[in-house]
Formats: sequence, C-alpha cells, structure tokens
Amino acid sequence: MSPVLEVHDLHKAFGGIKAVNGVSFSVREGEILGIIGPNGCGKSTLFNCILGQLEPTEGAVKLDGRDVTGLRPSDLNRLGVSRTFQLLQVFPELSVRENLILAGQEHQGSMLGRLFGARDAGLSDKAEQMIGFFKLGHLAEAKAGGLSYGQQKLLDAAMAFMAGPRLVLLDEPAGGVNLTMLGDLKERLRAINAEQGATFVVIEHNMDFVMSLCSRVIVLAEGKVLAEGTPAEVRADPAVIEAYLGH
Amino acid sequence: MSAPALESPSTAPRRRAHLIDSALITLLIGAAILWFAPVGMGRYGTYVLSLWLVMSIGVMGLNLTLGYAGQTSLAQAGFMGLGAYTTAILTTKWGVSWYAAFGISGLFTFCVGILLGFPALRVRTHYLAFVTLAFSTLIWLLLRNEQWLTGGTFGISNIDRPQFFGIKLFGALEFHRFVVAITLILSLVLWWLVRSPWGRAFTALRENPVRAASLGIDTRAYTLLAFAIGSAYGGFAGSLFAPLVEFIDPSPFTLSQSLFLLLMVVAGGSGYFFGPFIGALLGVVLPEWLRFAGSLYLIIFATIVLALLIICPQGVSGLIERLWAALSRRKAGGTP
Repeated sequence: MSPVLEVHDLHKAFGGIKAVNGVSFSVREGEILGIIGPNGCGKSTLFNCILGQLEPTEGAVKLDGRDVTGLRPSDLNRLGVSRTFQLLQVFPELSVRENLILAGQEHQGSMLGRLFGARDAGLSDKAEQMIGFFKLGHLAEAKAGGLSYGQQKLLDAAMAFMAGPRLVLLDEPAGGVNLTMLGDLKERLRAINAEQGATFVVIEHNMDFVMSLCSRVIVLAEGKVLAEGTPAEVRADPAVIEAYLGH
Repeated sequence: MSAPALESPSTAPRRRAHLIDSALITLLIGAAILWFAPVGMGRYGTYVLSLWLVMSIGVMGLNLTLGYAGQTSLAQAGFMGLGAYTTAILTTKWGVSWYAAFGISGLFTFCVGILLGFPALRVRTHYLAFVTLAFSTLIWLLLRNEQWLTGGTFGISNIDRPQFFGIKLFGALEFHRFVVAITLILSLVLWWLVRSPWGRAFTALRENPVRAASLGIDTRAYTLLAFAIGSAYGGFAGSLFAPLVEFIDPSPFTLSQSLFLLLMVVAGGSGYFFGPFIGALLGVVLPEWLRFAGSLYLIIFATIVLALLIICPQGVSGLIERLWAALSRRKAGGTP
C-alpha cells in the first residue's frame, strides 16, 4: 500500500542541540504507527516539524507523495492531517459541542459562506455523533474547561476527528488518563481506524497502550531512529531495552 | 483577559432561541428607549446620549479586536480620527454626501486596519501594544502636521449633518435618532458576526492560536480580519462623530483617548457583546453625572473604575453575569 506520510532525513537543531537528527520513516495508509522514546528524544519536535509548527533545519515531509515541508498547520489540516498535543489543547471557554463544531467548521464551504451561513456550519449532527462516540453525551453543553482531565483528553481526541482526517498524529493521548478511559480511548481509535480507514501516528509513553494499539513501532533515541518493527520485535530489541525500556 | 464563550449554536432549540432572542430583543428595546429618551432632556443631554452611542460603536470595534480575537490594540482613537477626518474632508471640501463618506471612511479604515494587522502576525501581547501605540501616535502627528489637508491644530469646522430622504437632521434630537438607527444597524451586523463561525474562530484565536491553526483555522486571515473589522468600526464611529460635534481637531484622537477606549472595553466587559455600551456609558456619561464634584470628579471616577476592576476583573458585564448566576442558583435552590 502506498505511504500516506513520508519523512526523509529530517533534522531540527536548536542552536547546538540537535533535537531531531536525520529521522526517516513512512506510514502506510490505514496503519497505526507508534513512536516511543525516552523524554527529550525528539518525539514532539518531530511531530511539530511534520505538522508545520516548526521549520525543519533539513529534510522533507511528503503527504501522498507531495512535498509539504514547511506548509502552515492550517493548510496541512485542510489537506486532511489532524493532530492532538501533548498538553491539553481544548478551548476552555467553549462548550464541548462548540469545541467540536469549531474543530470541523473550517472544512465547511468558503470563508464568506461561513459568515453568512448557519451558525453551526451544518455540523450539529456530526458533533452529536462524536459526543456519543466518545461517551461525552452528558457533557455536551458543559464548558470544556470544567471537564476532568480525562474527559478533556477524550474531547481533544474527538476534535481531531471532526473533519474526517486521513492522517491523525496523536501526541501522548493516554497521558494522565485513568485505566477505564484509556480503554475507551483505545477502543474508539481502533474503531475509527477500522471503519474510516484513518491512518494514525501515535507518540506515547504508556507501553501497554502502544504495544496493544499499534501495528508497527519506531523507537527514537537522541533524535535518531534506534529501532523499528512490530511491537514484539521492538520489545525484544536489546538496544531498545538498554536505551528505553530499561528491563 | 477572560471572556465568555460564544453561546452554543446548537443547544436544545428552546435554549438557542432564547439566547438569540434575548440579545436581539435587548438591542431592539434599547434602540426604542433611546429613540425617545432625549425628549425633554435639552440639547446638551441629547448630545451626551448621542456621544455615548458614537463612542459605543468605536468601543464595539475594539471589543471585537481585543475582547473576542485577543489582539491588543492601542490605536482605536487613531482609527476614529481617520474616519472623522475622512468624512469631514470629503463632505466639506469635496462635496461628497455623508452616506458615501461614511462608507468610504469604513472602507478606508478597514484597509488601514489590515495593514496594522500585519505586525500582529509576528508579535503578540505587549509587543503588539507598542506597535499599535506607535501607529496611534503617527496618525495623530499626521492629523496635526498635515495642515494643507487636515487644517492642523485649527481643525475642520462647519461639518454638516446629513439629510435623510430630504429630512434635515440638523437638530440635536433628529440627529440623535439618526445615530440610534446607525448604532442599531452596526450592532446587528456585529451581533451576527460574533455568533457566526467567524466569531467562534475569533474566540479560538484569542484562547489558543496554535491549536486553532491545527484545526484548519487560518489564523493569519482571522487576525487581519479582527483588526480590519474592529478598525472599520472605529472609522464608522469617527464618521458619526464629525457631524455630531460639527468641528474636529486632532485632540480627541490622541493616544490617551485610545487608552480611554481600552479602559471602556475592559470596564464594560471585554469579550461581552453589551460590554461596549456599558463601558462607553462609564466613560462618557459617568463624568457628566460626577460634575457635581467639581475638580474632584477625576479622582472619584478613577476610584470607581479601580474598585470595579478589583471586584470584578471581567468588568461590569462579568459582574452582572456573576450576580445573575448567583440569583439563578438561589432561585433553583429555593424551588421545592
């Protein structure tokens, strides 16, 4: 299957510090790829370079074979690439429903059309579906800032799917989420992957979450790819055990 | 600077209808009251009411730029000046009708607002405040020094008030009602805008521009629009201000006036739809009510504003919201 995302020899330096140092990998359509690595190994910087939040020092990012290196985050999103952040990034003053509508509205018609069109940009039904799908039904009208951390994580993930993306990059989706919600989240991600064929790249520290969700895992260490393979292969790799898993 | 969320667009239909209607009905009832309010108030009282509305328009624009979209601007008085001078020059020197001059003033300040928005794409918060501060000073210097065009410190006099289908609006009451109508129209436009997906995008821009961009929101376009529309409202306010006072000079468009407009946004409630009306009421009418205090009025005025912002940093609108919520809770608690 053709790769959706290709990263070629990506570098990002902050002064003398090489946060990402020649990373290359590709993600096939419908795949769930996990990226793991110790703190400070360049995972989030890699995401930010892929998604236009940071300009890479060197290298290229291709989406469906098209060079999208340095494209603005909003333009990438309109090409079907969505993301979540390591830290919570919901809009606290907006309700859960408003957050979801906001997450999809820019994909509805033209800018002028949105000004003169419906207030919900025709997304009420879709938001309702997402609220139900992510089990946030009783919280639809609550301000996002008033939700628990786990509930905000679910909302954050739900927002990433409002526009029906082809490729979703999730930065530590399981961080701070309790076991029950974690199960819910994993189940939802699998369902979206199976039903909509969405491709995922997931950064995560929770090994059980990564190993049970992802079909392939890349291990980063000091800005470089240390190992790559199936969860079982990575788990058994001595270099990975040495650098990250530690046992 | 916290502000309320936009009303949820797709809550239960009953609630949605209530929210939309309450804002709309308040606007319409307010306009009706203001239409008749000056009866028996005399010329000066009517003038103060009209001035309040004109300032409210300018503050509405700044509230969009700052309150909704989170872009700091200290140039709103400069835009009011541009609008006032554009209208004054076009109507007195070139014989253009006020209506055309009003439109041109809005368009001109919209375009200049876009230009001022460009620095906001690179700098934020207090850095942006300093850029707009410099811009405000530049406008004032232009108004003062370019005597061939603006009359310099002598200003421009004999600015005619417009006619409406042959009805002369020269009297204080007639012109006040004209101001009420224009204010209502501009308020309705803004009411529509802040409740549209654009309003939601402006709020996202204020709360988290990085996340907003990741959701496909073109933060550059919305930043420029926030400045442009806010500035155009400043231009519209200036365009009404010129015929209201019938003589303009650079003094009402100084940097200190920009700061005063900013105070009105904050004191009224930044990011609240009716905040500008309350803020402008505090800024324009309160000093009139404090005239009895003579030279002490500024001290009393400053004390009131300080006390207000300490008690409720969200301004009067935030205070009203808090009191309303407390009242609702008490009412709900008392219901068997």
